[in-house]
Amino acid sequence: MSATPIDEKHPLELDAARVSVKKPEVRFDVQGEMPDRERVQKAMQNFVKDFGRTAAIYMESCIHCGMCAEACHFYEVSHDPKHTPIWKLEPFKQAYKREYGPFAWIYRTLNLKHKVTVDELQQWQELLYDSCTVCGRCSLICPMGIDIASLVSQARHGMFQAGLVPHELWAVAERGAREGSPLGATPKVFKDRVEWLADDHEIDIPLDKPKADVVVTMSSIEIMKYPDSIVATAKIMNHLGVSWTFRSDGYEATNFGLLSGNAGWQKQMTMKIIDAAIAAGAKTVVLPECGHAYTALRWMGANMLGKPLPFEVQHIAEFLADNVQSGKLKLRKVGKSVTFHDPCQIVRRGGAIEAPRIVLEALGVDLREMEPGKGLNWCCGGGGGVVTIHRADPLRYKVYQLKMEQIEKTGAEVAVTTCANCRQTFDDGQAHFKSDREMGSLLELVAENLAE
Amino acid sequence: MDLLAFARGAAMQWATTIFVVGVLWRLVGILLLRTKPDLSKPRIAGKWKGLRLIALRSWPRKEFLGGAAFTEVMGYVFHIGFLVALFFYLPHILFFTDVFRGLFGVTFKGIFGFAWPTLPGGLIYFASAVSVAALIAVLIHRLVNPVKRLISNFDDYFSWFVTFAPIVTGMLAYSHIGAPYQTLLALHLLSVQLLMIWFPFGKLMHAFTIFAARGSTGMLFERKGATL
Repeated sequence: MSATPIDEKHPLELDAARVSVKKPEVRFDVQGEMPDRERVQKAMQNFVKDFGRTAAIYMESCIHCGMCAEACHFYEVSHDPKHTPIWKLEPFKQAYKREYGPFAWIYRTLNLKHKVTVDELQQWQELLYDSCTVCGRCSLICPMGIDIASLVSQARHGMFQAGLVPHELWAVAERGAREGSPLGATPKVFKDRVEWLADDHEIDIPLDKPKADVVVTMSSIEIMKYPDSIVATAKIMNHLGVSWTFRSDGYEATNFGLLSGNAGWQKQMTMKIIDAAIAAGAKTVVLPECGHAYTALRWMGANMLGKPLPFEVQHIAEFLADNVQSGKLKLRKVGKSVTFHDPCQIVRRGGAIEAPRIVLEALGVDLREMEPGKGLNWCCGGGGGVVTIHRADPLRYKVYQLKMEQIEKTGAEVAVTTCANCRQTFDDGQAHFKSDREMGSLLELVAENLAE
Repeated sequence: MDLLAFARGAAMQWATTIFVVGVLWRLVGILLLRTKPDLSKPRIAGKWKGLRLIALRSWPRKEFLGGAAFTEVMGYVFHIGFLVALFFYLPHILFFTDVFRGLFGVTFKGIFGFAWPTLPGGLIYFASAVSVAALIAVLIHRLVNPVKRLISNFDDYFSWFVTFAPIVTGMLAYSHIGAPYQTLLALHLLSVQLLMIWFPFGKLMHAFTIFAARGSTGMLFERKGATL
């Protein structure tokens, strides 16, 4: 694969603890060459491209009460009004009123809303990417019921097409589209890893079986940083005796197309899994411990395909919970106090709230819920691609502290989650603050405690 | 033509026309937009249950109440005071009765068998005063709170003004303070008409869109089993 100009300008450090760009300076990132006017036009056109009734209702409903600030972890730690969630959409609100709303002709004729400039969009890059994890907590407080997080995602579509994305995020998304994995977990690398892990752990890890009931996917973070997750998955699947396989043509559930705002890349990444699952005749696709992978396939996959998916989609925690409840998966009691970090995209926005708790109950742990917990949890601060953006670190570490205080208050001996991106964020925070509190994987905890 | 006749006649007709056409234009402009069907398999069948968010979001969760209490409480105080004055003051009822008869050819009593209840003028005056106090409080909050100050624009302040003016002019007309009654009544009517004319263009439209926004989110989230 040849390197793109963006790779040469901002080489990725794939061996670092988290994917990063070498010595990123404080900046407003710009990709591609185009006149400012075209950049703004592209941003706005792509913002409203899929603008349906629901998004328009949201844009027409804000009463500027500012309550969304109270729910945002970035505002909670900064108390900077610019971190008010709805403010993060301000240029897009202006553009909507001027170009798209029912009274756009009045706004334009009388010039009541000014034309958004590329400078404004550049400044909003930090608000739309660095200080928003699209966690959707703000969507739960809005008295109008506006799903602000969905509007941020839509604004990211516009920003991407205008070439106004933080470089790290752009680079990993581009690499994901070009190589099949944002962190370099190409099909060859994945195959090598699977073979190595199978030998090392003396375990059968089926790869590219032509037919299987269950196609299992992984996230690139797991493949590259937490390969034990691959082993844990294989142990559990083999223990259950299901017909399963990894597919080298559709193993990568990470979808940086979604995170960065490139709908085309998002579809391309999603379709690989869908095509592989259809080719294998799969009844179920199991998604890995990855938050946005769940959103991308479970809730957006069918819309990418253009028809209902011919298979079930389950997060690994849901798959485990179903097998616990059917009595097929029996687990040893762990006998420790455990707290569970709810990944936003899986729990708050994804609805898989009880599945991890069913598994934890089967593990016999003393579950100590965080306050607030479940759908109201504080985000780890690294979701939505934020953990890849280095200039976002100072603020993100403050958010991390907020999360850690919540965890420490539970007094639990062990902390687990079901999202590798959250784990990566915790690992990074741990290294930054020189803390010894680890965030474990529920999947790995299950694999360690299979009852024979 | 004197001011009161103008307010009761041409001004009222124009304001009503702009109000009705403007509201319909904005609502139709939004509601007629296409929405792509969501093809994902729902976790929970019966997304209509999500409409309960319309009621649920009427009060914030306890986790959010700390920072949102002032805005919520003042919002309720204002709205309750305003609606009591609007719908339970005898002259307002007489006005609405006329409108109702003009539109449907019968009175409210003719349909439902009882007259719309009214409250004593003193109580209405008190409710109006409470509403005005809440409006002043939220304006001060908007000016001093860094978040609200940042996100506010012309719409916020003008909508505040066109809401404030009818209540104050109504109180002045009730108590005959500052000018002859007929002038005060004309000013009251004109201020109401200003509100009606502005209504479709600004954030006062939330009186309608609140149901659509909460309902849409409720249905979308419900089918996922997401937190409402």
